[in-house]
Amino acid sequence: MKILIIAEHQNGALSEAAMELFGLPFGQAEVHAVAAGEGVEPLAGPLGQLGVAKLHLINSPALASYTGESFGQALGQFIKQLAPDVVLAAHTPQGKDLAPRLAAALDAALATDCIQVSLDGGQVTARRPVYAGKATAEVEFNGDSLKVITVRPRTVKAPEPDASRSADVAEVAVELPGQKTALKEIIASDNVRPDVTEAAIIVTGGRSLGSAENFSIIENFADSIGAAVGSSRAAVDAGYRPYRDQVGQTGKVVSPQVYIACGVSGAIQHLAGMRTSKHIVAINTDPEAPIFQLADYGIVGDLFEVVPQLTEAAKNRNRS
Amino acid sequence: MNIFVCIKQVPDTTTRIKLREDRNGIDESDIQWIISPHDELAIEEALRLREQQPDSTVTVLSAGPERVTDSLRMALAMGADKAVRLNLPGDADSSMNARSLAAAIGKLGQADIVFTGKEAIDDGAAAVGQSLAVFLDMPCVTVVNSINYGDGAITCRRDVGGGSIEVIEASLPAVVAAQVGLNEPRYATALNIIKAKKKPIDILTAEELGVTEANRKTRLKNFELPPPKKPCRIIEGAPADQAKELVRVLAEEIQAI
Repeated sequence: MKILIIAEHQNGALSEAAMELFGLPFGQAEVHAVAAGEGVEPLAGPLGQLGVAKLHLINSPALASYTGESFGQALGQFIKQLAPDVVLAAHTPQGKDLAPRLAAALDAALATDCIQVSLDGGQVTARRPVYAGKATAEVEFNGDSLKVITVRPRTVKAPEPDASRSADVAEVAVELPGQKTALKEIIASDNVRPDVTEAAIIVTGGRSLGSAENFSIIENFADSIGAAVGSSRAAVDAGYRPYRDQVGQTGKVVSPQVYIACGVSGAIQHLAGMRTSKHIVAINTDPEAPIFQLADYGIVGDLFEVVPQLTEAAKNRNRS
Repeated sequence: MNIFVCIKQVPDTTTRIKLREDRNGIDESDIQWIISPHDELAIEEALRLREQQPDSTVTVLSAGPERVTDSLRMALAMGADKAVRLNLPGDADSSMNARSLAAAIGKLGQADIVFTGKEAIDDGAAAVGQSLAVFLDMPCVTVVNSINYGDGAITCRRDVGGGSIEVIEASLPAVVAAQVGLNEPRYATALNIIKAKKKPIDILTAEELGVTEANRKTRLKNFELPPPKKPCRIIEGAPADQAKELVRVLAEEIQAI
């Protein structure tokens, strides 16, 4: 079996989520990787150390920044030549945008956001969340056409780089005729805290905060432990927080190490967005709130009393 | 302008998922079906564009069984001009859906722009917009939260994660996949909901669309519900003591801070 990993990179470095793909159990499969962009040669070292049989570099000024159209065309042409059995990409904003374009152009089967992938013994199986994590399902691939699979970040551990290994590198030429899309500008985030999709800890507030100003209670606690600030849909709808912070089925699906829900009762659509968090803490006045059914640790109490004390306790701990 | 919108009918976000006995799907008996929330943004955007561009038509398409008719009627009640149901099985995958939507758009006339949601909240595959664009040979911009309409082109802002925004220019015709923030979808009035009940819904069959089982590349099976959680450990005491104990747990037991 021939496997191709799409090595996503940013500012000259491999993305964390792309490195994780090399940690999948490949068995006896022949593992190839491809990096597309401008000046991607320096990626050969780190990619080789992750254990690639062959590395393909698509170098072109036209690929200096990602557009779905240009990367879709470049990688589509290359994949047609290489003819792998499976193409793997990380389910990042870029991988999510790209994979369906490749699947459509190559008449391939597509499975996105997979949380388990097995490639052992020539059999490909994958499992993915459905209904925003209210359930999971196995993806059955019909026939033997190419399979394009994206893997959810942080579900596989990246292998330790092995400095004694290196990849056999090949340059690939592609043609990118008249593009219909162009990247004009990138506007960097103005969020001073980590993003909820990337944070190890999230402190979330709900409508019970009562106002945008009162969210400072949540922010202060989040800052004392280096956490992101999350929000329930109700608090976003009430205008207390930007949509960017919304956790849930219609917001962001998150999976941090610790999720601390303050005054969030736990609507089904909210629980769907955070249930795979490793440790869940709930602070709520109502001991019957559904959030306690998912929580590992709970405090039955008023967030306006408890959360400032948490900030204080965290700061004291930092000082000692 | 000839404006198309592709929508998907999904279980309401408050649905408690129950599995079918064979575990190869969910029990659909008690489900309240809705238009997937991002697809409502797509409908709203199409209606607003029609208001700016006289002589435009908004055609809403949805692939699925008979039940999908209700969601198409809701789109008509919001203000769409035409609704077409593509008669496909409810468990068609994104490949089959995108193929049939592209074929329907090809059949129904020259599209100037196609709107859809960035993903449907049932399978969350986020695949139909991009695939559709490949089949229609159009550019596609995904996760779009604002659009400026220019002469033969659009400038979109897209949400690329971490709070960053990309500004992308695309020539028309194009496919745009909507993200929250693009607009605030209108509610259909009771009167328009009643009126929409009498409007015709056209049907295109898989045969008319040239779509067969060979276009289905994947099938979901062996569904599982998340494993039950251990009971919650309630931390007792005065707020200051509760806080101290929780911070100790975070630092020492979980080692997160």
